[in-house]
Amino acid sequence: MHDTAHKPDIRKGRRKILRIPLILILASRNLFHDRIRFVATIVGIVFSVVLVTVQLGLYVSCERMITAAINQARAALWIVPSNAKSFEDTSMLDGPERFQALAIPGVTAVVPLVTGYATWRKPDGGTTIVLAVGFDPDKDGFQPWNLVKGSTDDLITPNGVIVDRSYSNRLGVSDIGQQAEVTGHKVRVVGLTDHIRSFTTAPFVFTTRERARGFVRAPTNSSNTYYLVQVSPGANIAAIRAELNRNLTDAEAITPQEFRARSLSQWLYGTGAGAALIGGAILGVIVGTVIVAQTLYSSTKDHLNEFATLRAIGSSAFYIHQVILCQAFLSALIGFSIAAVLGLVIVRATANGSLPVVMTPMLTLGLFALTVAMCTLSAISAIIKVTRIDPAVVFNR
Amino acid sequence: MKPIVMEAIDVVKALGEGAGQVLALKGVSVSLRGGELTLLMGPSGSGKTTLLSVLGCMLSPTAGLVRISGRTITGLRAEELAKVRRQNIGFIFQSYHLFPTLTAQENARLPLDVRGERSLAALDKAQQALISVGLSHKFNSFPRDLSGGEQQRVAIARAVVGAPSVVLADEPTAALDKENGLAIMGVLADIAKDSARAVFVVTHDPRIEPFADRILRIEDGRIVADEARTKGLN
Repeated sequence: MHDTAHKPDIRKGRRKILRIPLILILASRNLFHDRIRFVATIVGIVFSVVLVTVQLGLYVSCERMITAAINQARAALWIVPSNAKSFEDTSMLDGPERFQALAIPGVTAVVPLVTGYATWRKPDGGTTIVLAVGFDPDKDGFQPWNLVKGSTDDLITPNGVIVDRSYSNRLGVSDIGQQAEVTGHKVRVVGLTDHIRSFTTAPFVFTTRERARGFVRAPTNSSNTYYLVQVSPGANIAAIRAELNRNLTDAEAITPQEFRARSLSQWLYGTGAGAALIGGAILGVIVGTVIVAQTLYSSTKDHLNEFATLRAIGSSAFYIHQVILCQAFLSALIGFSIAAVLGLVIVRATANGSLPVVMTPMLTLGLFALTVAMCTLSAISAIIKVTRIDPAVVFNR
Repeated sequence: MKPIVMEAIDVVKALGEGAGQVLALKGVSVSLRGGELTLLMGPSGSGKTTLLSVLGCMLSPTAGLVRISGRTITGLRAEELAKVRRQNIGFIFQSYHLFPTLTAQENARLPLDVRGERSLAALDKAQQALISVGLSHKFNSFPRDLSGGEQQRVAIARAVVGAPSVVLADEPTAALDKENGLAIMGVLADIAKDSARAVFVVTHDPRIEPFADRILRIEDGRIVADEARTKGLN
């Protein structure tokens, strides 16, 4: 029996089908069929991904803050007071460490740093605790980064300090030339940095080593907190480190990686801040997984008759699983896209805040993978449900 | 003699367990031949649907043999049975069981897609199947936009698109008025003209008897009559 009364609309149909595979069509239409449930699914995913984004974004932000100074220093090894826990651990070294290091073959330079807490008195009254960082502006080992105004050379002028402009309210100074007082010493702002935030909330104040010693009331004029050990290209860093550690007393040589790890351990894990952030992220994943699992399961239940029909006409269990997984993936894709836009808004909104949410390309990729994994995991209950379908039920419905 | 494309030999099927167990089929033997439209008639509870499920490779018989195109399918696992279904059997259901979110063309293409046929040729086959049941103008219509008769035609297109050797239909006219029911049976009778394909229809409807080449009557799990017919269509 052939129908000749109507002209077949073959081209139109062909165009449509060539674009999208049937599994994807079925999955997407199942997904969008019940709009309220679809919206609930997407809201669940968005809520979950935004929560995880904020938590992990804050975690990365904290990591960056904690390790920023270590990352900026040019050193193959750091000589630190024994058992120093972080960059902000301000015990001082007053021995022959620098010369012991310079005596080892392969060491090309040893750059001293002074750090310590000090009291900053604002021009209009009031005080705040700051972390003074003293360095040698003429040496290539440590320099303030993100300098947006002024120059490190200006630190040689009397009382010169460099501060971060994001702390202008805390410090009571907002521009070059303004004056304040640190531990009884007059200071004048000669440079401004941008986005150098401190995890301890004590703003960094960069200055010369000599001036910093005064700020932190260093015991002697030769006291330093750290030494940055620079080595010649190809030098055996492990051997130099071992040699140093044999000779040092009350100090130790560690790699920048170790120093970063110690700092992170001290501030992120020692304080519980990291656990709280990671815990929040895990909670977000759990909430998202439960919401998506619930909606996928309910959608699968609603379409059980169709899945039984598919099974009856001979589809493999894998084919049906693909439909459900496609639904999960589409949910993940749509949910993540919306969450990524919201995440970007949050990143922008917090960029100048005291604790900015940070997004990196790797974190974005990781979050997408996490979203897909979360939705795939959510599909398990639905998959178990359809796997148990008896195709013969189609004769009774 | 027309070739046998499917046969059941002494099939017994027990449903339930223990004291509640009932024998739904008690030694049923059926041969379906290519080019024939066979009706299975019988009262409710006589074992029609159970026999259809066994022939459709959805239920395994408790005893006896089922062969399709010479291959014994008794004892196969669920996935192997699914493969037998997708390669050999087309299904038509009383309530159509079309996918409401797919167009007529997509519904008709589904059995090919589950076989892994996703080329343009598959699309052409689906469209030809729809044309053959008189739905050339409804390719892109969704089931909700089709009448009951049209939906059953889409279901027939879906059943035959993969050129199965057997088409099994469960009460295909039960949800249709007389005119549409007869039209659907006309389409099925056309399909049964292919000597390589058997059409097996379970029905209560005596009005469709004239379309049958054979009528089997089942009562209490046993075939009680097997009548060859000369088609009496006007």
